[in-house]
Amino acid sequence: RQNHLVAVQLVQQKACGLFKFSAKIVIHLHPAPENKEPGPYQHSKYSYIELSFKEHGQIEFYRRLTEEMTQKRWENTPVSQPIPTGPKAGRTRAVGIVGIERKLEEKRKETDKNISEAFEDLSKLMEKAKEMVELSKSIANKIKDKQGDITEDETIRFKSYLLSMGIANPVTRETHGSGTQYHIQLAKQLGDMLQAPLEERGGMMALTEVYCLVNRARGMELLSPEDLVNACKMFESLKLPLRLRVFDSGVMVVQLQSHSEEEMIASALDNVSDKGSLTAEEFAKLLGLSVLLAKERLLLAEKMGHLCRDDSVEGLRFYPNLF
Amino acid sequence: MSFEWPWQYNFPPFFTLQPNVDTRQKQLAAWCSLVLSYCRHQKLYTLDVLEAQESPVFNNKKIERKLSVEAIQVVFEELRKKGNLEWLDKNKSRCLIMWRRPEEWGKLIYQWVSKNGMVNSVFTLYELANGDDTEKEEFHGLEDWMLLRSLQALQAEGKAEIITMDDGKGVKFF
Repeated sequence: RQNHLVAVQLVQQKACGLFKFSAKIVIHLHPAPENKEPGPYQHSKYSYIELSFKEHGQIEFYRRLTEEMTQKRWENTPVSQPIPTGPKAGRTRAVGIVGIERKLEEKRKETDKNISEAFEDLSKLMEKAKEMVELSKSIANKIKDKQGDITEDETIRFKSYLLSMGIANPVTRETHGSGTQYHIQLAKQLGDMLQAPLEERGGMMALTEVYCLVNRARGMELLSPEDLVNACKMFESLKLPLRLRVFDSGVMVVQLQSHSEEEMIASALDNVSDKGSLTAEEFAKLLGLSVLLAKERLLLAEKMGHLCRDDSVEGLRFYPNLF
Repeated sequence: MSFEWPWQYNFPPFFTLQPNVDTRQKQLAAWCSLVLSYCRHQKLYTLDVLEAQESPVFNNKKIERKLSVEAIQVVFEELRKKGNLEWLDKNKSRCLIMWRRPEEWGKLIYQWVSKNGMVNSVFTLYELANGDDTEKEEFHGLEDWMLLRSLQALQAEGKAEIITMDDGKGVKFF
């Protein structure tokens, strides 16, 4: 199949003039060879085509086109085998719908080939990855069957690597909620890691904050949100000094077990009484908390009957409950 | 005498329907009490919902707070449940405000009647509500519909009988 560039005789650049707003490239063509297949027009009185570039691209296009022209790459490509057709009369020029269909098919194959060539490097990588996945799966299965000398710790670490690569390990994906070794270990790790940050932040952190903090620290083996939540759910059963808590609004937080709700609410009431009234933003600023957590605390105090709300065009304010 | 607003009237949260159930109960009780005492003070017997929104009761211009239409409806429903309000139409746009229930009015009227030794006398409704004799009484100026209900209450207790006369209704006290 011939490359259309064969038809190109000369390429010229035409700069945009005063009254023309787009740059043009003119491609002068050889006269059509006799065995050329029919195109959109049977005849044309022009022997050149003009390409108009409204915005940009003419420089790059010109460069590439001239490069192609000089390299004449199409002459290096081996001539493809004639496509075996039904009638053994060889590649006769077909007309009509069959001809168009065949042309479309050829074009499709050509496109496929071009794309495959372009992605050659990637597919090599993907093959390697596939091998890796197969390897991991076989090891995972070996763990499952308890073949080979792998210690408990190594098993856990290996599983965590697998998980961090995003490979679902059938051994650890139990859906009964009874927890898995991985989550247990993770929970313990979180218990250690979050003590200091929690204390700094007054004993409570939104789960999203925890997620960011933990993953930033881990660097490479990132946790999925799902794993984080599952690990946090195990705090209580593992007797760790942390708790996962869900507010009415759906916001999830991790808090120190020692964190006293009554104290928080009492102090919230004091703050509000002190200032007469507070919005969530003002309260957050006062305590150095995130607005989200500040609001949750105020809502909790309201739920307990210590505060009441004033909802107006000016916003939502909380007052001591004088009712 | 100018109306004395309760402390809640100047407390901004008073104008926001409270989500906390216990707080809301106290809030609504305060609203009911305010509406009734205001109507008593102004001698209002009927209320139009749309007009009410702009009335000083539900609209405190000083603190720039007003009760929303939904909240007003909630307050009115509360009043209705307590027997102090009756809707005049299906659309709930106008209502009767009974800051004193018919039984209570009946009692007051009967007290005046017996105090003046007028038991067994017959009165026209007009005399009772608008006569010179009753000028100093609280029930003076009572609207007809309310007067009638009060007397009906007394009638139910056997203390009065409503009579139909040539030019209207009358009542005999026992």
